[in-house]
Amino acid sequence: MSADATQRAPQGRTLVAAPGSAGLARRAWPWLVAIVAALLLPWLFFDWSTRRHSGFALTMLSEIGLMAIFALSFNMQMGQAGLLSFGHAILFGLGGYCAAHTMNAIKAGAMWLPVELVPLVGGLGGLLFGVLFGYVATKQRATAFAMITMGLGELVAACALMFMGFFGGEGGISTDRVTGTSLFGVSYSSSWQVYCLVVAWTAIAVLLMRLQTQTPLGRMANATRDNFERAQFVGYDPRMVRFCQFALSGFFAGIGGGLYAIVYEIVTFDTVAAAKSATALLAAYIGGAGGFFGPFLGTIVVVLLQSGVSLLSNAWLLYVGVLFIIMVMYAPGGLVGIIAQHAPIARAGRLRELIVPYVRILLPGAFSVFGFVLLVELASFTTIGAAQGKAFKIGPHAVDPATAFPWLLGAAALIGGGLWLRLEARGFRARWDALIADAKAKGVML
Amino acid sequence: MSDVAISLRGVHKSFGRTQIIRGVDLDIPRGQRHAMIGPNGAGKTTLFNLISGRFSLTSGTIALNGRSIDGLAPHEINRLGLSRSFQITSIFPRLTVFENIRCGLLWARGYRYSFWHLLGGQRALNEEADRLIEQLNLQDRRNVPAGLLSYAEQRALEVGITVAGGAEIVLLDEPTAGMSHSETEYAVALIRAVTEGKTLLIVEHDMSVVFGLADVITVLVYGEVIASDVPARIRGDKAVQEAYLGTEAA
Repeated sequence: MSADATQRAPQGRTLVAAPGSAGLARRAWPWLVAIVAALLLPWLFFDWSTRRHSGFALTMLSEIGLMAIFALSFNMQMGQAGLLSFGHAILFGLGGYCAAHTMNAIKAGAMWLPVELVPLVGGLGGLLFGVLFGYVATKQRATAFAMITMGLGELVAACALMFMGFFGGEGGISTDRVTGTSLFGVSYSSSWQVYCLVVAWTAIAVLLMRLQTQTPLGRMANATRDNFERAQFVGYDPRMVRFCQFALSGFFAGIGGGLYAIVYEIVTFDTVAAAKSATALLAAYIGGAGGFFGPFLGTIVVVLLQSGVSLLSNAWLLYVGVLFIIMVMYAPGGLVGIIAQHAPIARAGRLRELIVPYVRILLPGAFSVFGFVLLVELASFTTIGAAQGKAFKIGPHAVDPATAFPWLLGAAALIGGGLWLRLEARGFRARWDALIADAKAKGVML
Repeated sequence: MSDVAISLRGVHKSFGRTQIIRGVDLDIPRGQRHAMIGPNGAGKTTLFNLISGRFSLTSGTIALNGRSIDGLAPHEINRLGLSRSFQITSIFPRLTVFENIRCGLLWARGYRYSFWHLLGGQRALNEEADRLIEQLNLQDRRNVPAGLLSYAEQRALEVGITVAGGAEIVLLDEPTAGMSHSETEYAVALIRAVTEGKTLLIVEHDMSVVFGLADVITVLVYGEVIASDVPARIRGDKAVQEAYLGTEAA
């Protein structure tokens, strides 16, 4: 069909972005690679002696998937439409509650629905509440919008503890994903089966959100973000744009919440709480709200810190906070912003010249990070760790936190590394500026 | 349908106790190129903001094609066929030139709030946007974020966004302000081309632009119309010379 179409362009006009099947294949392969990689990843943690998947790895990867949907739906508001929400988790959590109640109804025989479609119920729940809350919140934009969403977040969190029937109070709503209803005859009694479901829904949701950015609504959301007044004078009601974008974002957040209900088989008050909203914000900022995939990247970082570092340290949240502050201060474009800044240098073919400067700043950087982590861990050990009866170790060496040595070592590494970093940063900046200037001269900036 | 595109009757606008517009009556026939001039603070931009719905009237009525715009929001007025540009450049800085123009077309081509059309596949729409970009002479900058364009290019782009939807009534607020002589010449030619057959209301300080472009000139001083006539007679008008042109010459 595509060959047919190209033959029938006799004017010799170059077809810009004509969606032929060849173009489709070219655009589809990164997605296929990502899905295959996601399905292969758990096998790295597979225990061949017991022939079992690592439950920890599967749960963490599932968490990445569903939180990525959540963070990307958050970015439909923040990155795409310029709407900073402090209460996005209510859409996620309410979607989760809807899904949990649905599974309980299926289990009780009150209705029939395959488990595969339960996340869709979560999505519809999110959409419903997105319409409801969006109607209120999108009357305003900017700071007022942020304040309204914060209020809505508190409101729903308060309701979660008041209305036992729907929210189950402190205990939340427990559910059972093994309902015996499946389109493919899968029981979902194992984490691996659940993970496959998470991968499938993550792929669907991310693809749909990606496509949404290329629709008239998605584009006008960008436009109202950039200049709402101009948007009015091309015929669009900015409020309606905000509302539609908010409601759709609720749909996707609800899918994330539905997956949460399936993965954990319990939905509690935490899923609607402010901390959950903050997680999406952290992921979007750390990954970069400007690019579509930024929040996905940010989610991977945040979940790894959350699941991985939290096993090693009581202070993992502190590291997330520090990382967040550093990103906002020095890389407001997030990780994708940092990557994008390298693009012109790569196009000028001089990316290799950055390797040495990078090593020269990463070395002192590693020193100061080591010093900082050591000090934080020492401090947290003296308050919490000691009470847990653990011994403090640097590598294999046991260290007594009551002596001055580890504290001095940490302070020296932090301060010395910091000063050294400042020195090296100057050289790095000079090199960077020279390379950017060269890229500009070569005309490959854009 | 009436032959009057824009009709103002007893238009007043006050901010607090300060009267900015003190009773303006004006009819602009369909298809006319109408320039508004006046000293700084005369209320030209305020009048623009009233006609385009950005501000609400204190008293009086404004009608477009015989239909009162009282109480309508800017986007509703735009849908009636009125489009405007701003004195301070107003574009979508993070979108590319192409996307800026396409956003100007979307509503007029009926896409509304659709999230089920993929823009990449809308051939007619994209070709139309590209044709306009060529007319604006911005084809080399097609995929550049609008915020990175030069000042004159941004002004041209804004004129493009303004006329993209095919509005019958076009309001341009100082489209050549801050431009060099050659840029101004190019901008005037562009405005002339893209507003062909449309009703144009333009605020402008550059007298060569005004006298070159306008069929009728209205002189606004302290919120009141002191003269409204063809350019030749405005040039000879005593009151206008005293109030406006005279001060410029002095």
